[in-house]
Amino acid sequence: MQAHQRMLDPTPNGLHSGESPLLQTLGLTKRYGDFLANDSIDIDIWPKEIHALLGENGAGKSTLVKSIYGLIQPSAGEIRWQGGRIMLSGPSEARSRGIGMVFQHFSLFDNLTVAENVALGLDGKESFKDMSARLEQVSKTYGLPLDPKREVWQLSVGERQRIEIVRALMQDPKFLILDEPTAVLTPQEADQLFIVLERLKAEGRAILYISHKLEEVKRLCDTATILRGGKKVDTCNPRLETAASLARMMVGGEIKEVKAAAGRKTTVPRLVVNDLSLAPAEAHGVRLEHISFELKGGEILGIAGVAGNGQDELFAALSGERLSKDPGTVVIEGIAAGHLSITQRRKLGAAFVPEERLGHGTAPRMKLSENALLTGHAASGMVNHGFIDTAATLKTVDRATETFDVRKAKRDPEAASLSGGNLQKFIVGREILRNPAVLVVSQPTWGVDAGAAAVIRQALLDLATAGAAVLVTSQDLDELAEIADRIAVMFHGHLSAPLATVDASREKLGLLMGGSSLEPKEAAHAVGA
Amino acid sequence: MQLVLEKRAERSNTIALVSPLIAIGLTIVTMTILFAILGKNPLLALHAYFIAPLTDSYSLQEIAVKATPLVMIAIGLSLCYLANAWNIGAEGQFLIGAVAGSWIAVKTQGTDAGAWVLPAMFVLAAAAGALYALIPAICKVKFGASEILTSLMLVYVADLFLDYLVRGPWRDPQGFNFPTTAEFDPVATVPLLIEGGRLHLGSIIALLVVAAAAILLGRTIKGFEIRVVGAAPRAARFGGFNANQLIILTFAVSGALAGLAGIIEVAGPVGHLQPGISPGYGFTAIIVAFLGRLNPLGILIAGLFLALTFIGGEQAQIAMKIPLDVTKVFQGILLFYVLACDSLILYRFKLVFPNRQVASGTH
Ligand SMILES: Nc1ncnc2c1ncn2[C@@H]1O[C@H](COP(=O)(O)OP(=O)(O)OP(=O)(O)O)[C@@H](O)[C@H]1O
Ligand SMILES: [Mg+2]
Repeated sequence: MQAHQRMLDPTPNGLHSGESPLLQTLGLTKRYGDFLANDSIDIDIWPKEIHALLGENGAGKSTLVKSIYGLIQPSAGEIRWQGGRIMLSGPSEARSRGIGMVFQHFSLFDNLTVAENVALGLDGKESFKDMSARLEQVSKTYGLPLDPKREVWQLSVGERQRIEIVRALMQDPKFLILDEPTAVLTPQEADQLFIVLERLKAEGRAILYISHKLEEVKRLCDTATILRGGKKVDTCNPRLETAASLARMMVGGEIKEVKAAAGRKTTVPRLVVNDLSLAPAEAHGVRLEHISFELKGGEILGIAGVAGNGQDELFAALSGERLSKDPGTVVIEGIAAGHLSITQRRKLGAAFVPEERLGHGTAPRMKLSENALLTGHAASGMVNHGFIDTAATLKTVDRATETFDVRKAKRDPEAASLSGGNLQKFIVGREILRNPAVLVVSQPTWGVDAGAAAVIRQALLDLATAGAAVLVTSQDLDELAEIADRIAVMFHGHLSAPLATVDASREKLGLLMGGSSLEPKEAAHAVGA
Repeated sequence: MQLVLEKRAERSNTIALVSPLIAIGLTIVTMTILFAILGKNPLLALHAYFIAPLTDSYSLQEIAVKATPLVMIAIGLSLCYLANAWNIGAEGQFLIGAVAGSWIAVKTQGTDAGAWVLPAMFVLAAAAGALYALIPAICKVKFGASEILTSLMLVYVADLFLDYLVRGPWRDPQGFNFPTTAEFDPVATVPLLIEGGRLHLGSIIALLVVAAAAILLGRTIKGFEIRVVGAAPRAARFGGFNANQLIILTFAVSGALAGLAGIIEVAGPVGHLQPGISPGYGFTAIIVAFLGRLNPLGILIAGLFLALTFIGGEQAQIAMKIPLDVTKVFQGILLFYVLACDSLILYRFKLVFPNRQVASGTH
C-alpha cells in the first residue's frame, strides 16, 4: 500500500486548524469479483460537519459506508480514525470506537418493546434498568420522544427510525452514518430529523448522510462527496450548487425530464374496486373499510397517505395475496377477481410491484433470472410443460437491464447483490415488460436516484399512454403530482374520494392524510368567507 | 475474553462447499478421542470403520445395498426440507411401505401369481408410504399441528403395527415361532444384479430417483417452487405459490419414496418381513440429507458415506468388539457437526475482550 499524499477535503468552515480529520479513507477499494464497487476512494470527514454522500444507484455509497462501519472488509486502501490507521474486525469494533450507523432498513422486532429492541442492539453489559433510564434520558435530550415500554408494532415508521437513531446515540458516537434516512419519512418527520442532526453537529459530532433528495442535501449538508461508477468524482459545497448541477455531477450528463404524452385518452374501466372491506390478516394490521374506486385504461391513480394506514393491506387484496369472499369486490378487465389467486389475476393481465424489494418482490438469494420466473411463470411463456425455459428468463433479465439501465456486476447475479435502486429498476422493468393491462405499484421510486426515478416515472406514464390502468401508491406527493391524473388518500383503512391532481393542493392532501375529511372543513371555510 | 458468533455481511460460498468436509473431519477427531476412552486403538478402529470396507468386493456391494434406502429416503426428505416442511418420520413411512408391499407377497405366497407381483408391491408400498406421510402433513395444514412431532410419533405406531402383524396374522407357521413371515416367493423378490452377489435392482432405482430429483429441482417450475417457498416464503406467496399445498406434496413424495425403499429392503436383502428390518434408515437419512446439502448429487455421496459407517461399524464390532451402538453415536455426532458448521456459512466466530469495551465505553 503506497502512502497517500493528497489534498484534504475542505472543512465546513474552510479551516483545517492544524488538526487531522476525524475519519479519512485513503484509496479505499472494494472489489466483487472483477467488479469495482468502490475504486480508490479518498474522503475526509471533519468534526462538526454534515457530509453528504451522493451518487446514482449502484454508485457505491452503501458499499463505502459498510466498509467504514466494518460490515465488509475493503479489498485495498485504508481507513484512518483520528489520524491513526484502523482495521475493523466488525461493526461492534466500529461502535466501540465511536462510529454509529443507522441503516435504511430497520432491524427491529415488532413484538418487543422499544427498550428491549434497544437492549438487543447494544454491546454493553449494562443492566436493563440502567439501560432503560439512559434510553429515556437520551431520547429526552435530543427531542426524540420514545416510550420505552411501547411495542414496536404500534409505532409509525418515523418512530421506528427514532429507535434506531437513539440506539446509535446511546453509544455516544463521534461519527454517525445515516443511509437514506428520509426515504421512508413524511416531510414533517424529515424536518424533525434535521433538527436532531443539526444539534448533533453543534455538539461536535460528524455525520455522513446518504440521500437521493438533493434539495434536502442543499439545506442540511456542509460538504458533499459525489460518487459515480464506484469512483469519487468531486467534493463540493452543496449550498453553492443547484439540485440540477449536483444531479449532473452524479450522472455525468443531463437528466431527462418526465413528459406526459399530450393526448392520453382514457378508455374502459380496467380495475374496479367495489366496497372492499377486509379484516387484517395479522394482529397488528389495518382493517380495510369500504374501499371503492374505478380506474380506466390510460389513467394513473395515485394513492397518498402516511405509511401504515392500510396501503399494504390494500396491495395484498388487489394482488390476490389475500382473497376476498365476495368476487365482485375486485374486478380486473371486467372479470370479478376478488376470489382469484395472484397467478390467475396475472393471467387476466394484471401486474404488481410491492413496496418491499427484498423478500417480497424478490427472493434475495436467488438469481435475477429466477426472480424473473417468480412473477413471469404465470403468463410469460417461461415454462414449457412444467420445464423452465432458462433462455426466456435470461432474456427478461437482459431486456429489463437494457430498458431500465440496471447496473450490476455480472449478467445474472443474486438479487441481494444489487444496489437498492438497481433492484427496484429490475422489479419495475420485469413487470412493465409484460405489457400489463393493469399495473399496481407501491413506492415505485423508493431509494431510486433522480435519473432512474425519472426513467421509472416515464415508463409508468408510457404504460398508461399505451392504454394500461396504473395504480401508484406513494408517500412522495411530488411524485404523485408529476404522474397521477387523480389522487386519493388512505387513512385508517379508508380511501378518500379521488381528487383531480390539479385540484389536489398540498393543503388538501395534508388534511386528508391527517384524517380530516374535506367537506365539513370546506363548508366551514365557506361560512367563514 | 469471550467467544461470540457474529453475522457475516456476505454469505460465505467457500464454507458452504467445505462445511460437510469440516464436519466429517471434526467427527473423526471426536471419534478418535472416543475410541481412546473406550480403550481401543483409535487408528485400528478408524481403519476398520473407513478403510477396511473399501477393500473387498463383498463389502463394496454391501455399501451400495445399504446406501440404496438411505439415498432414496434422503432425496424425499430433502424436498421436504427445502420447502421448509419438517418430515422426521421417514422411518415410519419406510416401515408402513414395507408392510403394505409385503401384504401382496404374503397373500400370493405359494400361488402361481405372475410377474405382476413385484411391481404391484412397489406401487402399493409407495402409496401406503405417501398416505402415511399425509397424516402429519394434513394435521399441519388444517390444524397447525407441529409436523415434527406428529411425524415422529407415527414412527412408533408403524413399528408396533409391523410387530403385531409378524407375531400374529402373518407369522410363518413353519417359522419355529419366530416373529417373521415366510420367505417371499421369487416373483415377490427384488432381482439381483450380479449372480450370487448382493447388489440388487433397488440400487438402480435409487440412481433413477437421484437423477429425477436433480431434474426436478434444477429444471422444472415445481422444483423452483419448492426452493423458493423454503428460501423466501413471502416472495413465494407473491409468486403465486401455495406453501400449504407444497407441504402436502413434498410429504407425499417423501413418504412414497420411503415406502418404496421399505419394500425394496424387505423384498431384496431381507427376503421376508420381520421386526428390525431397518437399522434406523429413516433417521440416518436425515443426516444424509443435510450432509449432502439437500442436493441430489450430494445426497448420493453422503448416502454412500453413511452406508460405509454401517458396514464399518459391523466390521469394527467383529474385529475389535466395538459395540454397534458406536455407529449411532458416530452418526449423531456427525449430524451435530454438520448443523454447527452450517451456521458458519452465515456467522463467524469472534473473540471479544470485555475490558476493551469498558475502556472505550467511557469516552
Ligand atoms: N455482495 C455483492 N456482490 C456483488 N456485487 C455487489 C455486492 N454488493 C454490492 N454490489 C455491487 O456494487 C455496486 C454498488 O452497490 P451499492 O449498494 O454500494 O450502491 P449504492 O450507491 O448504495 O446504490 P443505491 O443508491 O441504489 O442504494 C452495485 O452495482 C452492486 O451491484
Ligand atoms: Mg445503497
